[in-house]
Amino acid sequence: MAVEQFPVEAGHIMLFARAIGDTNQIYHDANYARGTEPGSVIAPPTFVQASAQFNPDYYLRPKPGQPWFGSGKEPTGVARGEGGGGGGLHAEQHYIYHRHPKPGDVLTATVKPGKTWEKQGRRSGRLIFTESITEYRDQHGELVVTSRGVGVTTERPVDQS
Amino acid sequence: MALSAKSLKVGDTHQEVVVDNLTRTQLVQYAGASGDYNPIHTDEVYTTQVAGYPSVFAHGMLSMGMTGKMLTNYVGDGRLATFGVRFTRQVWPGDTLTSTATVQAIREEDGTHFVDLAVSTINQDGTEVASGYASARIDA
Repeated sequence: MAVEQFPVEAGHIMLFARAIGDTNQIYHDANYARGTEPGSVIAPPTFVQASAQFNPDYYLRPKPGQPWFGSGKEPTGVARGEGGGGGGLHAEQHYIYHRHPKPGDVLTATVKPGKTWEKQGRRSGRLIFTESITEYRDQHGELVVTSRGVGVTTERPVDQS
Repeated sequence: MALSAKSLKVGDTHQEVVVDNLTRTQLVQYAGASGDYNPIHTDEVYTTQVAGYPSVFAHGMLSMGMTGKMLTNYVGDGRLATFGVRFTRQVWPGDTLTSTATVQAIREEDGTHFVDLAVSTINQDGTEVASGYASARIDA
């Protein structure tokens, strides 16, 4: 997703590391981090995914005054379209690290569409895969992380049997 | 502690339990930190009654994030050069996940040493939930 300004912040890195259960001090203790090879707090390898926080239009975040598809009074706040498909899932994620982001960086994310392909799934019907390539650059225009994500839309919920 | 080319050999493995009895609360934590508030990860009512799944389930990126914790513990801070996974099964509350890195190759490129790793995360039934690779800079 395109993001104009993704400020990398120490508190955000700490919360993200907690969420993945990573107690490594380099993610929350600046004094400790100074003595490590990177020399400062750095972000965990999957942190750039949190750039979603800085995309004003990100569709998987509820926004005041707008209908939300999660439950409230009703199981969903949005009328479902025809078909009632299984919805979108994350199929693949690939990262190339040119360096590791650190607090103080202000990244931008630009997105290029990739390939689209279809497959018949055993457990969820027709699958439509969509690839996108995101380049995260720093405040100097230098490439920091290249991300390639593949999303999949399933025809029906994935069979768990 | 960085790895070194001298002390590594193809077939070496590093394994960690990256989560024991995954909780719904951790899914809420991950939603809040990542900004992905898709209700299929945190909203049992929506997920069971509308989306058609037996319960909420983990963000793929949470599985990858926990797998990455095993990797950075193994290769050291700031050493990862590439990391990729395919999400092969959903991860559910109550799951216990074990991640393994296996050395595939040790190589040198323009004077820098790298290790190439196969990466796999399995659940308590031995079913693979994420399958992928990583490479990391290592010492000589």
